[in-house]
Amino acid sequence: MSNLMEILDGTFSYNGNDNVFEDINFKVEKGDVFCILGSNGAGKTTLLKCLNGLIKLDSGKVLLNGRDIYSLNHSQIAKKIGYIPQIHNSTFSFSVLDVVLMGRAPHLNIFSSPSEKDFKIAEKSLKSLNIYHMKDKPYTEISGGEQQLVFIARVLTQEPDVLLLDEPTSHLDFGNQIRTLHIIEKLAENGFSVVMSSHFPDHAFISSNKVAIMKGKSFIDIGTPEEVITEENMEIAYGIRVKIADMVHRRACVPLKIK
Amino acid sequence: MFKWKIREKVASHEISVTSLMIIPLILLFFISFLVGRYPVSPDEVIMAIASKIFFINSTLSPAVYTIIFDIRLPRILAAMMIGAALSISGASFQGLFQNPLVSPDKLGVSAGAGFGAAIAILFSASVLMIQFSAFAWGLVAVALTYSLGKAFKGTSMLTLVLCGIAIASLFGALLSLIKYVADPYGQLQTIVFWLMGSLAAVNNQDVIIMAIPIFIGIFILLTIRWRFNVLSMGEEEAQTLGVNIKRLQAIIIVCCTVITASAVSMCGIIGWIGLVIPHVARMIVGPDHKILLPASIILGAFFLLLIDNIARTFTTTEIPLGILTAIIGAPFFLYLLMKSKEVWS
Repeated sequence: MSNLMEILDGTFSYNGNDNVFEDINFKVEKGDVFCILGSNGAGKTTLLKCLNGLIKLDSGKVLLNGRDIYSLNHSQIAKKIGYIPQIHNSTFSFSVLDVVLMGRAPHLNIFSSPSEKDFKIAEKSLKSLNIYHMKDKPYTEISGGEQQLVFIARVLTQEPDVLLLDEPTSHLDFGNQIRTLHIIEKLAENGFSVVMSSHFPDHAFISSNKVAIMKGKSFIDIGTPEEVITEENMEIAYGIRVKIADMVHRRACVPLKIK
Repeated sequence: MFKWKIREKVASHEISVTSLMIIPLILLFFISFLVGRYPVSPDEVIMAIASKIFFINSTLSPAVYTIIFDIRLPRILAAMMIGAALSISGASFQGLFQNPLVSPDKLGVSAGAGFGAAIAILFSASVLMIQFSAFAWGLVAVALTYSLGKAFKGTSMLTLVLCGIAIASLFGALLSLIKYVADPYGQLQTIVFWLMGSLAAVNNQDVIIMAIPIFIGIFILLTIRWRFNVLSMGEEEAQTLGVNIKRLQAIIIVCCTVITASAVSMCGIIGWIGLVIPHVARMIVGPDHKILLPASIILGAFFLLLIDNIARTFTTTEIPLGILTAIIGAPFFLYLLMKSKEVWS
């Protein structure tokens, strides 16, 4: 079975009656980059949190390699699913290396701390993202783009199969957005599966092979970026008109003026 | 930058830094035997300790023995233990609550203990009963806070702190009530002095009884200390990193409460140490709890021992510890804060 992760008829509400989403279905295979689009408050973050068991579905199932994730404990889930939240509040100025090492937590029991081997894995992740040189810097004193790389390094150190990225490009400048998308593409080529939420339909053209649009408690469309990101769908999802244009290397989604 | 250099050094030589910090503590430990009304020479201290360890018969007078082993030794050990206990609890709570402004009494342990001691004093109980009552009511207060926090949905750490504030002020009011009804020429004085903190009455037996829970608590906290790093990144993030946060939080709260209650029941309420020593330690060794916790223990032990030496020698009557820790600690902390420019955002 190649389905790495699957959500079946997922329904969730915060208070028991007003559903955030209903009957969501999709599957993620090895090497997929699955991008969830939708307006503010559509429930993208909530859906991502349900996928790694941070919050529990009201009904439906999340399967990981065919196993119900509610039958797994936190560290079993964390060994398979890595997560980068949209917002991180920092309290203590840990060094970059200390932060990345935290990715080893699911592999260590409560009484142990990282060994030589764990340091090696953390250093390898730092090197793969070209940020090894800043390993001793406090992570609170580096730029937002660098911080994002640190969190990616941490999630790689976790050695999961699936990466859940909640709006990974939201707080980044134009250049860092594209660099992050490039990294996501590379990760997928290396066998990771990525599920991410995004506010930029155009980003789905750049890095994803599957897209879904969340609107009114469910997916209004799901498929390849070319199938899903259409002028009609964008108008339904965001209430604005866009132009889908074929560029030299790829397709692009360009917003038009609001009349 | 100074801070940077230390941090780099620490990253590569964890053990050597903590062991470096131990040297002044050991020196102070020996010096503390010399401090006090009755003059004892360094030779006598070395001789007395050596004779105890190696079972040699010495020519020292029994009075010197009594001073060293029955009066000064328990006091020195108690000061070190209490300083270490309050500091490690403070450092652990600050990590747990992801907030550097938290002190170990945030969940109401000191308020509960103060009430417990006062009520025992009101009923003219024995010293042992006062200690036991303080310890027990300290635990009761935290248990109340914790179960209140659980009762509210969501049980975030912020809710818990708010419940702690409520419980602490409740016990504070009950304490005031006891003070109000207490005999102003006897009990009230005892209560007030107890609340200001002192080690004057500590004896060897107290130290042994107190050492057991404190050592167990500190040992457990030390064995799980690396996870504090992960926990201090936020509950949700810690959970996605595979940490069983509910269990870890419960372990930390229980350990910190038991060791703080033990310390407080022995010496009264000594503020400031649990809040400030972790900061000082963080300025020296950085925020990694793996090094921060041992460093807090050593610094806390050093600081309270120093303060207690001052308390028992500076003036003819003893100055309560709670007063001295703040008078000496506050300017010192402000000085460090200015120097290190460590800013908490």
